[in-house]
Amino acid sequence: MKKILVPIKMVLDANMRPRVKADGTGIDLSGMKLSINPFCEIAVEEAVRLKEKGLAEQVVAISIGPAKAQDSLRQALAMGADSARLIETDGPIEPLAVAKLIRMVVDEEKPELVILGKQAVDDDCNQTGQMLAALLDWPQATFASALRVEGTVVHVTREVDGGHQTLSLPLPAVVTTDLRLNEPRHCSLPNIMKARKKALDVTPVAACGVDTVPRLKVLGVKPPEPRKAGRRVADVSELVGDLRAAGAI
Amino acid sequence: MPHYKAPVEDMMFLLRDVFRVQDIFAELPEQKENDLEIISSILEEAGKFCSEILYPLNAAGDIEGCRLENGIVRTPKGFAEAWKAFSEAGWGGLSAPTEYGGQNLPRTVQILVDEMLSGSNLSFGLFPGLTRGACEAIEAHASQALKDTYLPNMVSGVWTGAMALTEGNAGSDLGLLKATATPRADGSWTVTGSKIFISSGDHDMAENVIHLVLARIPDAPAGTKGISLFLCPKILVNADGTLGARNAISVGALEHKMGIHAQPTCVMNYDGCQGWMVGEPNRGLAAMFTMMNAERLFVGVQGLGVADASCQTALAYARERMQGRSPDRAGTVPIIAHADVRRTLLSMQSFIEAARAMVVYTALEMDREKFHPDATIRQRAGENVALLTPVIKAALTDFGFEAAVAGQQVLGGHGYIREWGQEQYVRDARIAMIYEGTNGIQAQDLVIRKLTLAEGLPVRSYFAQIRQTLAVAAAHSNAAPLAEPLGAALDLLEGVTTRLISGDLAGPDDRNAAAVDYLRLFALVSFGWMWVRMVLACAPGQPLPDALVQHKRAAATFFMQRVLPQATALSQQISAGAGSIMALPDELF
Ligand SMILES: Cc1cc2nc3c(=O)[nH]c(=O)nc-3n(C[C@H](O)[C@H](O)[C@H](O)COP(=O)(O)OP(=O)(O)OC[C@H]3O[C@@H](n4cnc5c(N)ncnc54)[C@H](O)[C@@H]3O)c2cc1C
Ligand SMILES: Cc1cc2nc3c(=O)[nH]c(=O)nc-3n(C[C@H](O)[C@H](O)[C@H](O)COP(=O)(O)OP(=O)(O)OC[C@H]3O[C@@H](n4cnc5c(N)ncnc54)[C@H](O)[C@@H]3O)c2cc1C
Repeated sequence: MKKILVPIKMVLDANMRPRVKADGTGIDLSGMKLSINPFCEIAVEEAVRLKEKGLAEQVVAISIGPAKAQDSLRQALAMGADSARLIETDGPIEPLAVAKLIRMVVDEEKPELVILGKQAVDDDCNQTGQMLAALLDWPQATFASALRVEGTVVHVTREVDGGHQTLSLPLPAVVTTDLRLNEPRHCSLPNIMKARKKALDVTPVAACGVDTVPRLKVLGVKPPEPRKAGRRVADVSELVGDLRAAGAI
Repeated sequence: MPHYKAPVEDMMFLLRDVFRVQDIFAELPEQKENDLEIISSILEEAGKFCSEILYPLNAAGDIEGCRLENGIVRTPKGFAEAWKAFSEAGWGGLSAPTEYGGQNLPRTVQILVDEMLSGSNLSFGLFPGLTRGACEAIEAHASQALKDTYLPNMVSGVWTGAMALTEGNAGSDLGLLKATATPRADGSWTVTGSKIFISSGDHDMAENVIHLVLARIPDAPAGTKGISLFLCPKILVNADGTLGARNAISVGALEHKMGIHAQPTCVMNYDGCQGWMVGEPNRGLAAMFTMMNAERLFVGVQGLGVADASCQTALAYARERMQGRSPDRAGTVPIIAHADVRRTLLSMQSFIEAARAMVVYTALEMDREKFHPDATIRQRAGENVALLTPVIKAALTDFGFEAAVAGQQVLGGHGYIREWGQEQYVRDARIAMIYEGTNGIQAQDLVIRKLTLAEGLPVRSYFAQIRQTLAVAAAHSNAAPLAEPLGAALDLLEGVTTRLISGDLAGPDDRNAAAVDYLRLFALVSFGWMWVRMVLACAPGQPLPDALVQHKRAAATFFMQRVLPQATALSQQISAGAGSIMALPDELF
């Protein structure tokens, strides 16, 4: 395989407590720690491992997002990606638009395999990979927990409700990663230093000729209601009665 | 359960918002490419390494300890693998010169990584710390041949370093040391003597240990002016760089000690071993002291790192431990609701965050001293570092130990029990007050040597910098209330400084007696200065998380109201002079 494309997203770090903006239009990211989405990090790791095994020649990381997303791309480069591309946009961007932009990059870069995270931990959409496969008309295997490349076929073990399912896809193909696929590496210091010398190409979204107008309208963003205090019940029948009254059973 | 998370967010706040390192590094030709992005990725990745690989070995290493088996030191399970991973990831070469395989990154980044090493696993952190110290001494003073033979393998972690100064009769006063060296025909030396307390003196984690040994050559003058420095490898290195025969170096015993159990503290015997002189004859102590500032900054940061680790556990515990009632909350409350527990936590945090700021401030001065193109700026920065080094070393380890005890107290009985790790922090933190020059000796150094350094210019300029901040703060609504008490404490500090330099307290006993209190006063004012600077950096309109801004303002206020008042007492203690101390004859103590 000549090339693997890994789209990655920068998200609010999973250890940070999200705060809703005062005007209720979204999550306040100013000054907050942003990191590479954990599923995307797994995707980078998998691509780099394939390269290290000699099964791929080149790994290209791409992100669609604000200028700051270059930090996440640099991390992908430090992990072992060869080059990176940022399609820069500050506005809200939905999975369909992201998928279209990735398709554009696929047309230019001509990878045989695209590995994405199954979802991003910020809005949990879980759509981009599937939409991309449809737009490209490529086979797809989502929720990968194991991946093996054999000639021009990729065998993907998927985590499904009933257990595991293994699919064999002819390349080119789209794969999205689950948590158990691998454990991302620690980057070495020399690789962090080298990463900043690797090519990172920035294209403004406007130059892509892709319609990125949001199709959804956000009516409001609210933090979840704080949990109400519990109440001690005398016995099981009171519990069952209360649950009935609350419409829970 | 206890955990350790590297405080990268706070570090980046200091670098980006308080000290604006991007502007400072822009003036240093060798460092100008190191922008905030790269520094943040380095700190993130180092933090991951420390919390995921080194921290899990910390408690187990303490319990297992090191063992001496047939003359060979065995480190605890997992240490050798961790050392290999650490070295392969290149962390040992962070600030080392590129020509020997390092990355030549600034001291400022190095010292922040050192904090993480100390917080996650102090015993482990000493291995790279001592290796780096040895590399710096070799790089500054050794011949090109020695550098080429030893530095690449030490920078890459294939070999480690040890520093052998102390002997049974020569600790604080190294002028008394007795180890000897006699010349050999080939230009090398035969080194003979016994050293005690040698950290990382031997172990099973790397192929070779390179000892830097202080010894006397024939006809050397007595005292500190007759000491030379020798490089003595545990295993001799052949001309082609491969390892040859064992050198006559052996471990006499491992010390049984209070803490840092996973760190082998060795009695070392140099039984006519072969060594090579580093630097000039009889100038060994001076050679060793060139990297002393860096080493002492490193030891200071050990106190800070362990204090932060203890604080992290204490804070997590205080949020969850339900005990007692509080006036404005219903039912049993988490202990973080109690004023006294909050006071304890804030006393820790108000020290830790100010100390970290002091460390960054000092390390930036070291970077200027090393990398600035302007010789005058290099000189001034170097003097400032010399002034602050004893303060950082002693204050951060004294307050760091106190903070570790406070963090233990928050856990009540569980703080005393092994399981939670708090008692280990107390034991581990204790050593940093003693080695690398006791804190008492640091205080002597500050009062006797550093106040009068360069005719007192460094200390005057330091105070002037604080005054400058106070002037800025006066016009700033959040900082002005902090500037007022700090100004008063600075007045007290300046008052006793003048008296110690040339006034009524300038006699030898008065100075010796005042030193420890004076250093503490100096440190409190310095921490206060850092708090004002941090609050100034939180000016409205900065894109900082609200939680961080609120936290900094509250901790700063706490520090000014509930810690800084100690300045008054300290200044009174100093003013009392040595009378009550010296009056009593030795035998009546
Ligand atoms: C775990 C551990 C690791 C160590 N690692 C190393 C190492 O790697 N290499 C190495 O060479 N050494 C090492 N040391 C030795 C350490 O640096 C010394 O213990 C330290 O310098 C103090 O020397 P000393 O123990 O002889 O105490 P002493 O010098 O006997 O001091 C005893 C007390 O007297 C005070 N005192 C002494 N002189 C004065 C004075 N003039 N004015 C006021 N007070 C004074 C001191 O402050 C101290 O409180 C280590 C020690 C330990 C415990
Ligand atoms: C070695 C050892 C021996 C012991 N021996 C005995 C024994 O023989 N018999 C026995 O019965 N017990 C014994 N104990 C238990 C000991 O008395 C308790 O550990 C101690 O009373 C503290 O209780 P705790 O550990 O639950 O801490 P906690 O009560 O959880 O306290 C945690 C922290 O919160 C603070 N705190 C709690 N409530 C308040 C409040 N209202 N206001 C302000 N601060 C508050 C505490 O000061 C402490 O710093 C022993 C403990 C140890 C470690």
